[in-house]
Amino acid sequence: MQHAMPEGLRALRDALVAGQVSAVEATRHHLDRIERLDAAVGAYLTVDAEGALAQAHAIDARRRAGEALGALAGVPLGLKDNLLTQGLRTTCASRMLDRFVPPCDATVVRRLREADAVVLGKLNMDEFAMGSSTENSAFQVTRNPWDLRRAPGGSSGGSAAAVAAGLCAGALGSDTGGSIRQPASFCGVVGLKPTYGRVSRFGLIAFASSLDQVGPMARDVRDTATLFEAIGGFDPADSTSTEAPMPALGSALRADGDLSGLRIGLPREYFPDEGLAPDVRAAVESAVEVLRGLGAEIVSVSLPHTQYAISTYYLIATAEASSNLARFDGVRYGHRTAAPADLQTLYARSRGEAFGLEVARRIMLGTFALSAGYQDAYYGKAAQVRTLIRRDFEAAFAQVDALVTPTSPTTAFPLGERLADPLQMYLADIFTIACNLAGLPGLSMPCGFDAAGLPIGLQLLGRPFDEAGLFRIAAAYEDASGTAGHRPREPFVAQEVPR
Amino acid sequence: MSIRWEAVIGLEVHCQLLTREKLFCGCPTTFGGAVNDHTCPICLGFPGVMPVLNGEAVALALTAGLALDCRVRSPSVFARKHYFYPDLPKGYQVTQYEAPILEFGHLAIEVDGASRDIGIRRIHMEEDAGKSIHADSGATLVDLNRAGVPLIEIVSDPDLRSADEAVAYLKALHEIVRFTGVCDGNMEEGSFRCDANVSVRPVGQRTLGTRTELKNMNTFRGVQRAVEYEIARHIQVLEDGGRIDQETRLWDENAGRSRAMRGKEDAHDYRYFPEPDLPPLVVAPDRVEAVRAALPELPRAIRRRLVEDHGLSTYDAAVLTGEPALVRWFDAAVAAHPNAKALCNWLTTELLGRVPVSALAACPVTPERLARLVALIDDQTISGKIAKTIFEKMLLSGETPDAIIDAEGLRQVTDTGAIEATVRAVVAANPAQVAQFRAGKTTVRGFFIGQIMRQSGGKLNPALVNEILDRLLAQATDQET
Repeated sequence: MQHAMPEGLRALRDALVAGQVSAVEATRHHLDRIERLDAAVGAYLTVDAEGALAQAHAIDARRRAGEALGALAGVPLGLKDNLLTQGLRTTCASRMLDRFVPPCDATVVRRLREADAVVLGKLNMDEFAMGSSTENSAFQVTRNPWDLRRAPGGSSGGSAAAVAAGLCAGALGSDTGGSIRQPASFCGVVGLKPTYGRVSRFGLIAFASSLDQVGPMARDVRDTATLFEAIGGFDPADSTSTEAPMPALGSALRADGDLSGLRIGLPREYFPDEGLAPDVRAAVESAVEVLRGLGAEIVSVSLPHTQYAISTYYLIATAEASSNLARFDGVRYGHRTAAPADLQTLYARSRGEAFGLEVARRIMLGTFALSAGYQDAYYGKAAQVRTLIRRDFEAAFAQVDALVTPTSPTTAFPLGERLADPLQMYLADIFTIACNLAGLPGLSMPCGFDAAGLPIGLQLLGRPFDEAGLFRIAAAYEDASGTAGHRPREPFVAQEVPR
Repeated sequence: MSIRWEAVIGLEVHCQLLTREKLFCGCPTTFGGAVNDHTCPICLGFPGVMPVLNGEAVALALTAGLALDCRVRSPSVFARKHYFYPDLPKGYQVTQYEAPILEFGHLAIEVDGASRDIGIRRIHMEEDAGKSIHADSGATLVDLNRAGVPLIEIVSDPDLRSADEAVAYLKALHEIVRFTGVCDGNMEEGSFRCDANVSVRPVGQRTLGTRTELKNMNTFRGVQRAVEYEIARHIQVLEDGGRIDQETRLWDENAGRSRAMRGKEDAHDYRYFPEPDLPPLVVAPDRVEAVRAALPELPRAIRRRLVEDHGLSTYDAAVLTGEPALVRWFDAAVAAHPNAKALCNWLTTELLGRVPVSALAACPVTPERLARLVALIDDQTISGKIAKTIFEKMLLSGETPDAIIDAEGLRQVTDTGAIEATVRAVVAANPAQVAQFRAGKTTVRGFFIGQIMRQSGGKLNPALVNEILDRLLAQATDQET
C-alpha cells in the first residue's frame, strides 16, 4: 500500500519513523522529481542517485533491525556545492574545481550523515558564493520555480530553488552577505543565517571567513529549525565556533502564538523612500501588523551606519576572498593550465582560465584593498566602520529583542537583468549585509506575494546566539499568517516578464 | 681623513619547536619520512579546511620567551602573509605580525670577558613552508612534510656591534633553546637558522646606516664569516664613495662572499591582515606563571652552580654545559655520589673518550653506576688503577661495578695483616735487593712495590702497601745494625 509522500521535512521524518514510508521510497520520490523537473529548474550540479539510494537502503535495513537511528533518518537533503562531501565532487560552481573530489566531509555534512539524513546531491550557486542570482555559476543557470525566467537569487540559489520546487526535503546553504536569506526570499522558502560561530565552517569552502556561515533552508520555520538543530553547535575543528550550547528550540516553536512582552524594532534605514518595491513594503508592513497583533510591541529604531554597510562589506569580503582563493594555484588540485613555460605562467594562466569574471573582479578588488599603501585607507577603514555597524546593532538590541526588515528590496528579478551592472546586483543584498558584518543571526521567511505572484521575504535579525528568539517570532508569525505551504505550480513555467 | 666605523647588527633566528604535531594540524613533525607522507588536507591547504592552534607550540614559545625575560602579550594575533610559491600550500603563511606573543626580552652575552645585555625585540609564532627541490630535469618537486611545522622567530634589537658579538649572541640563544627543550638546535637540518641585518655608521652617529639582510648561513662559523665580510663590504663601498642598497643577500660559504638576491624594489607586498580563521590568542596570567615556574635551570645558572657548589673549574663547567644531556647525566651521577670533581673527570675524559654524548642515554655505564665506581674508589674498596679495568668491563659487559668486582675478585685488600704477610714474604724472598736497599740504593724500593702488586694482582691498597713496606724495610735495616 503506497502512502502519499508527505511534504516537508518533519512530516516526512515522522512518516519515516512511523514506517509509513521507507527511506528508499522517500529517496526515489525525490530522485524522480529531480529527473522530471530539474531540467527546467537547474538546481543540481551533481545528483548522487547511487550514493543516496545506498544510504537509504542501509538506513531501512537498520530500521528493520531495530537499531537506533538519527534524528533525520532517511530524510533526503541537498547541499550547496561549496560544502565538502567526501568522495562526491564539490565544485563551488567553478571551473577551478570542476573535477575536485574532497578527501573529507564538512563538519555539517558529517553531522547530517550522523543524523542519518540522505544526501541527494550538490546544488548550484554563484561561483565561490560570489553573487546574488546564481548566474555566476560556471556550469548552469538555475531558474526560479515561481517563474523560470527569473533568478532564484544567490548565491545559494540552487538550494532555495530545490527546496521551493520540492527537489529535496531541505537544504544547506551558506551566507556571507545574504546568500541564504535573499534566495530564500526570492523562492518563497525559509532560510536561517545563524550567528557567526554557531555552525562550524570546517569544510565550507571559504569566501570571506569572518562573514561566512552555513545555514539551513526549508519549507517552513519548524523544518528549518529541525535542520538547524542537526548541524549547529561547537566544533573543535573550527576555532571560530562557539562553545556556547545550542539553544533548546522546543518552547520557542510552541504553537501558542503569543509574542506579548517582546519588543520588535523597525530600523528606519531599512524602509527607505526610494529603492524599496511598494509591494515589498506593503507586505512587510502588514507582517509587522500581524506581529503587533500577536502582542509584540513595535518600536522604531535607527542603525545610523547602515549606508556604509555595502562599501564596508565589499572591502572586507573581497580582501578575505583574495586571500582565501590564493590556494587555487594549479599546483596540488584544481585546474592547471596545459604545459606552462614557467611558474608565473602556471599561476597566471591556471587562475585566469578557471576563475569567472566576478571571482576575478573580487580577487583584484581585495588584493588592492590589502596592498601596501592602500590597506589603511580601504581594508583598515572598513574594519573600523564594521565596528561602528556592530555598535549600531548593540545599541538597537539594548532597546528591542529583534529587528524586522524586508529581506531584499525587490522580489526575484529577471535572469540577465543585472549581469551587466555589478553595482545593481550588489544592491540586492543591501538589507542582508550588515547582519554578517555584525555576526548576528538572521532569518528570512515568506510574507506574501507581489502583483506578479512572486514571493516576498521578511527578515528577522536577532541578538548574537539568540536563534531561539528568531524562531519564536518566526513560528508565531507563520502560524498566524498562513504564509507557509505555498508552492509554485507544476510544471514550472516561465511567466511573462513585465517590463 | 679616515672615518672610524661602527657596525650595527641585528639577528633574526628561526627555531623549529619540539612539538610532536604541526602548528595547525595533527601531522607529525619528525624530520625525514617519505616525501609528502606527513601531510593531511589541512597542511596541504585543501579548500574548506581550517587551522586549530597547537597548545604545545604555544607552551614552548612561552618557555623560550620567559627564558629570555620577555613580556607576554595577550592577546596576540595571527596574520596571513601572502605570496605565491609552490611550497606554500595556501598562498599565505600564517604568522604573527603586528601583535607577537612575546616582546621586550634580553639576553646576556660575554665577549672577551665582558658581559653585555642584548635586547630581544620580539618572538612570534609561525608555520614553516614546505621544501622545493629543483630537479636536474628542470622540474620543481615539492615536499610538504615540513609545511605547517611550528616555528618561533626571535628578533634581536640592533644591539650587536661585531661578528664576535653576533656569534656570542647566537650561541647563547642556541644554548637556551636547547636547555629549555624548545628546539633541538640542529643547524644542518635547519631547525635553528639565522638571518642577519647588517649596517655600518661612523662612530658617534646616531642614525642607522642602510642595512642589508644576509641569508643562507648554516653554521656559527658561517655567521662569523658572513657578518665580517658584510661589514667590510659596507665600509669599502662607503669609503669608495658608493652607496649601500637595501637588499637581501645570500651568503656563499664556498666563495666566502655575499651576493644580491633581491632588492627593495622587488620586495614582496605581503598584504598582511589578521587571520580570520583563528581568534586572537589569549594567554591567561596563571598560565604564564605556570610556564615560568616550570622553566628549567638555564645554562649560565648551571655553570655558576657547578663552579660554586661543586668546585669545578670554569673550563669543566663549560664542557659539561656543552649539551643539556651531559649536565643531566652529571647531575644524576652527583646525586648518587657527591664527589663532583672525580665524577667530572671520569665523565669527560674516560666516558666521553669512548662514547659520544648522543649515545650516553643508551650507554651501559649509567650515572648511578659510574657514581658507584667512584664511591668504591673513595672508600678504598678498589684502587684507581683497578677502577679503570672495571670501567672497561662495565662498558663491554654492561655489568655493575660490584658484580664485576665480585666475579673477578678485584676487591682491594685493606686488611693490614694480609698485606703485611705479602710484603714480608716478598722482602724475605729478595735478600739481594734488601742488601742493596740497606747499602743506600733506595730506588730499589720500587722493585718491591712492583713485586708486591704483581703477586697480589694489584688488589692491595697502595697506601697501606707503601706504609708497611717502609716499616719492614726499616726493620730489616735496623736488624743489621
